[in-house]
Amino acid sequence: MITLNGKENKTYDNLNELLRENNFRKERIAVEINGVIIKKDDYEITPIEDGDTIEVVAFMGGG
Amino acid sequence: MDDKLIIQGHEFTSRFILGSGKYSLDLIKAAVENAGAQIITLALRRAATGNVANILDYIPEGVTLLPNTSGARNAGEAVRIARLAREVGCGDFIKIECIRDSKYLLPDNTETIKATEILAKEGFVVMPYMYPDLNAARDLKNAGAATIMPLGAPIGSNKGLCTKEFIQILIDEIDLPIIIDAGIGRPSQACEAMEMGAAAVMANTAIATAGDVPAMACAFKRAIEAGRAAYLSGLGRVIEKGASASSPLTGFLEMDS
Amino acid sequence: MEHRIDHMKYLPDMEVIKSDILDEVITEMEAYDYDKYTASDVSRALNKDSVTPEDFKALLSPVALPFLEEMARKAQAETRKHFGNSIYMFTPLYIANYCENYCIYCGFNCHNKINRAKLTSEEIDREMQEIAKTGLQEILILTGESRKMSDVKYIGEACKTARKYFKLVGVEVYPMNSDEYAYLHECGADFVTVFQETYNSDKYETLHLEGHKRIFPYRFCAQERAILGGMRGVGFAALLGLDDFRKDAFATGMHAYLLQRKYPHAEIAFSCPRLRPIINNDKINPKDVHEPQLLQIICAYRLFMPFSNITISTRECERFRNNVIKIAATKISAGVSTGIGDHSGEKKGDEQFEISDPRNVDEVYKAIEDAGLQPVMSDYVYV
Repeated sequence: MITLNGKENKTYDNLNELLRENNFRKERIAVEINGVIIKKDDYEITPIEDGDTIEVVAFMGGG
Repeated sequence: MDDKLIIQGHEFTSRFILGSGKYSLDLIKAAVENAGAQIITLALRRAATGNVANILDYIPEGVTLLPNTSGARNAGEAVRIARLAREVGCGDFIKIECIRDSKYLLPDNTETIKATEILAKEGFVVMPYMYPDLNAARDLKNAGAATIMPLGAPIGSNKGLCTKEFIQILIDEIDLPIIIDAGIGRPSQACEAMEMGAAAVMANTAIATAGDVPAMACAFKRAIEAGRAAYLSGLGRVIEKGASASSPLTGFLEMDS
Repeated sequence: MEHRIDHMKYLPDMEVIKSDILDEVITEMEAYDYDKYTASDVSRALNKDSVTPEDFKALLSPVALPFLEEMARKAQAETRKHFGNSIYMFTPLYIANYCENYCIYCGFNCHNKINRAKLTSEEIDREMQEIAKTGLQEILILTGESRKMSDVKYIGEACKTARKYFKLVGVEVYPMNSDEYAYLHECGADFVTVFQETYNSDKYETLHLEGHKRIFPYRFCAQERAILGGMRGVGFAALLGLDDFRKDAFATGMHAYLLQRKYPHAEIAFSCPRLRPIINNDKINPKDVHEPQLLQIICAYRLFMPFSNITISTRECERFRNNVIKIAATKISAGVSTGIGDHSGEKKGDEQFEISDPRNVDEVYKAIEDAGLQPVMSDYVYV
């Protein structure tokens, strides 16, 4: 199990898989795994391990 | 037109920065267009799963995105948010908001200075939101800020230029664009800010909560243009009413001495 | 045509600091076209709360002269706002008049045959004691410019002596390096004044023919080096009448303004000397700097930098001094002699210039009170 955006979630093999299955659009988001920001070019090769804490963020309205 | 707003080398012809908070996505596009805004602020939050609409789909091409670090209570959190925002891939601009007071939402100048120094070194175009204090503004400039964004009044209060005297001091003393942010509730206040010599004005709540959002955006645009034109043309003399003193101060002068 | 050294090139022992201020002042001064300003430019400048460099230019221009009464009123109001009714008193003490410079307009110049003298440490102590008896608590120590005859240590020792008798010690001596200013500060000096004389470097070159003073940029950067050496405050002036006085007054103001912005903690002061007759040479005449122009400059300085001290020296007469302290000057000298050793009655060396107001401390003190103002000997306390 991993933590995704603060909630418990099933694990994935790699980041790309996580993004695809959750319908996250790569060009609209940024990803942080265990406090480390992942470069977009590396999404394909970034593995996901059990126990990882993952944040996927995007822009919203704000002042 | 030669009067451009220049932020760390980036040129803009509009002096109106629009906030995108507190209103729905379909209105944002109209607001941006009517405001003629070339810079829009955004917040960074956890993405929702699913093929949901994203705000970036509603912002016209060519508009500069200005993510803010809202949610950060200290420099460390602001830096983290800034780096994530940059990773989304929409440019290097960042508005630093370090707020640890949830009642008035007043910014913490000290943490803001720390965050500015770190982020400026990493190549961000740093636009710090701050409480108008000349010493803090100097520190921000020395830390590498691209602009100074002093508040006019607490966020969302629509109270106008409560800090007018202190903003004027910043305009007079700091060689950076001074962009008044927070508290502007009416187009007349935005106009007044520009007459003082502010480089630009930011407004969010005033537009988002207006009866007719696109019309209000347009009203602000015109007010900001009017204020700027007035400033550039040199405001005229106020004729003082009242008596002049009895004996002249310069009566003692000997013209040939 | 004798070969004269390049006046823009630093000599080997001169500290070079990186500073944009010189270039900016000279550029602005050269671009200053005072004939293009109009009455409404002046009007607008007088109406604003905060005077910009552009407004300052208007206030110094010929078209501002009809507004002099209004400028004086506004200057008076600004002075009251920042200083209340305080007028600071001090006196200059010349401890040596040896000079290696050849400045063609000055009584101390190295080719002028005058009685040269230098006070010994006992004599300095005696002079200072006499001055302190008059009640003054602020002193300005001056020397001619000779590193050989009045070296830095000599000046430092004078500062130490001065701290025995006075609360506030200023020095108006040859420009030096920041480590030397740091030494003087440690000896007890807090203020440094250097007159640029003229900011027109071409004219400057024709007036300062020999000696270290010939080097224009080294002199210009003295105040900044003084601040870097820890001095609390610095004084600026052009000798009005040497060249175009409007441009020189403007450059003086800009110099102070830019330094203030770079070092916000520094205290700023202006002097406004006009050329006066000197021993052996009464051919030099002020160029159009009559009293109205002088007052215009003083008011313009006040309006441009309202928190700065403005000193009125005994180059001006009693009548002018009595009135200008009501308007914009905040610092006045008394009991003045520009000769060496005069205060203890044993004059050894000749004066730098003739003074026009010989009043002693009590007389000036009374004149300040009669003007409804408050004479202040010092408002400094060391903790």
